[in-house]
Amino acid sequence: MTRFSFARWLGILIKEFIQLRRDRLTFGMIVGIPIIQLMLFGFAINSDPKHLPTAVVMADPGPFSRAWVAAMRNSDYFTIVGSVDERQATALLERSEVQFVVTFPPGFNRDLMRGKPPTLLVEADATDPMATGGAISVLNKLGAEVFAPDLPGLRPPAQPLVDLRIHRRYNPEGVTAYNIVPGLMGVILTMTMVLMTGLAMTRERERGTFENLLATPATPLEVMTGKIVPYILIGLIQVTLILLAARWIFDVPMHGNLLLLYAVVLIFICANLTLGITFSSIARNQLQAMQMTFFFFLPSMLLSGFMFPFRGMPEWAQAVGNVLPLTHFLVLVRGILLKGNGIDMLWAQIWPILAFMAGVLTIGLKTFRKTLD
Amino acid sequence: MDELVIDVAGLNKHFGDKHVVRDLALQVRKGEIYGFLGPNGSGKTTSIRMLCGLLTPDSGSGTCLGLDVLKDSAAIKRQVGYMTQKFSLWDDLSIVENLDFVARMFGMADRREAVDRAIDELGLGGRRKQLAGTLSGGWKQRLALASCLLHRPRLLLLDEPTAGVDPKARRDFWEEIHRLSAAGITILVSTHYMDEAERCHRLAYIAYGNLLASGTADEVVANCRLNTWEIAGDGIHGLAERLRQLPGIDLVASFGTALHVSGTDAAQLAASLQTIQAETGLSIAPVAPSLEDAFIHLMQHTADPLGH
Repeated sequence: MTRFSFARWLGILIKEFIQLRRDRLTFGMIVGIPIIQLMLFGFAINSDPKHLPTAVVMADPGPFSRAWVAAMRNSDYFTIVGSVDERQATALLERSEVQFVVTFPPGFNRDLMRGKPPTLLVEADATDPMATGGAISVLNKLGAEVFAPDLPGLRPPAQPLVDLRIHRRYNPEGVTAYNIVPGLMGVILTMTMVLMTGLAMTRERERGTFENLLATPATPLEVMTGKIVPYILIGLIQVTLILLAARWIFDVPMHGNLLLLYAVVLIFICANLTLGITFSSIARNQLQAMQMTFFFFLPSMLLSGFMFPFRGMPEWAQAVGNVLPLTHFLVLVRGILLKGNGIDMLWAQIWPILAFMAGVLTIGLKTFRKTLD
Repeated sequence: MDELVIDVAGLNKHFGDKHVVRDLALQVRKGEIYGFLGPNGSGKTTSIRMLCGLLTPDSGSGTCLGLDVLKDSAAIKRQVGYMTQKFSLWDDLSIVENLDFVARMFGMADRREAVDRAIDELGLGGRRKQLAGTLSGGWKQRLALASCLLHRPRLLLLDEPTAGVDPKARRDFWEEIHRLSAAGITILVSTHYMDEAERCHRLAYIAYGNLLASGTADEVVANCRLNTWEIAGDGIHGLAERLRQLPGIDLVASFGTALHVSGTDAAQLAASLQTIQAETGLSIAPVAPSLEDAFIHLMQHTADPLGH
């Protein structure tokens, strides 16, 4: 056997560094990925979200109800977005614009004065149990703290002052699978759609077959759409598999219209395919297309509200998250499946996906022309 | 018979700030085999791509099959068969699937018959389901040729079709090219091989974007105005270096047991060779310059702006 040669070994080492330096994208990933992960895990992600938007239905304004609202605000877990009537409150919950609705019943102040515990109804959007957990546990402790100074000695401390009724809407048992399984649909679609289309185009270029394709009378539109459609079908099959599993294995409730769900899925698939095609026209080879996909996938997983509560993130991270189609898709899927939302409730989440698609398509078309000539 | 299939002038193409093709003018007659020669990176592939409508020229004008090269690229593509330098059929499709796909791309009405006929002519009937990627170099080349003939083009553009193919397959390939030419198909073929260049009816020599010479092989050689002498004998070993230093000698090429010495200045060349003969006593005789001598001469006398 040949002896280990340090000179040879050094030669291989140097060659590897030179090649690494030439491949700017890989080099960028080596530096970029740890920084992004540090930022996301260190600053953006918070599994105990605070400042959750809360609407108040106030049927009995008075000193105690005001004190209660103030105490909620002071706890840092709730941000009171305003006073609404019951109908509005339900709509806000369905559209995921608020996390909580607190309803003060008529006679709340009076009952409290008389020593009869009034009912306080708190409805929580529990589609994501993780997002509401911390806030609910704070609510339970709130009663004693708020009124103890004002009503000294009126009650034996063991008995609660307020009859707190917490309704975990849409997911009363707090089953995480109800949240994760529909969310997984979006994550899987993001991964496969972006990656598959990214690879499909770069593969032609890498193997030189793209030139042959261009030498035929086929137009760019025919090539693009012809390559995309098979992946749309694959995406729909994936969704169907996940839905079947959600229904028969995980018992996820399905309250909404499935046709509507498929329509939303189709829009989401198209947004991801557009991104994949754009990646493939920028990437020089399959490896780069894969790296770009990963670069997009990481924030999609972490900032969309799939793994960690969206409302727990600081504003800058929410702003980034709001650009990602997955963020809006998650709200849409949970809205349709768990809340039974209809089409009128969905528009607010659909247009951001369309806007993303339009933006990416513009970039994609510009770069595609360049690669042809 | 003098119908021009390709007739372009002043074609230019830039990639970034690189001027890849400079004022290319080319006239190819119907049924002709036209050889396209030049060193690597000289703009041959780019020129061919412009002719078949894959690339739009930055400037210039002309026609290909009577169609405007600037405006009618879609119509040109339909009547041209283009064989790429690198094998560009799909490795993970079988022979029949590849041909069928190409036939579909050209919207052929008699697709199945055309594909079956092509496979029969190839003699690949028994292996029609074999993946193209598993074929040998020679077979890949034959399949690629068959696929660009499928839609019965009137013009074939072949970009270094025989690179990496063994001599037997190369010879068969050229027989096929001549058969096609006899059938009235015009063929533009780029190559690095001199024996292939000599098989062409007419030639063009392009270097670093400039067209340097064109005509029949004899015309190209004659236009170079080269005088070539052959030095033979046992003492030629190590002589080439010395010869290159002498005045009037532009070119020294070694051919095993002989040296070809060429120059444009006949008198000076003869004088230098006389000195050598006096010193070494080798046999020195004038010979007709070969095409290779002419091309190497052309290549050496073109400044390479890109520093190749």
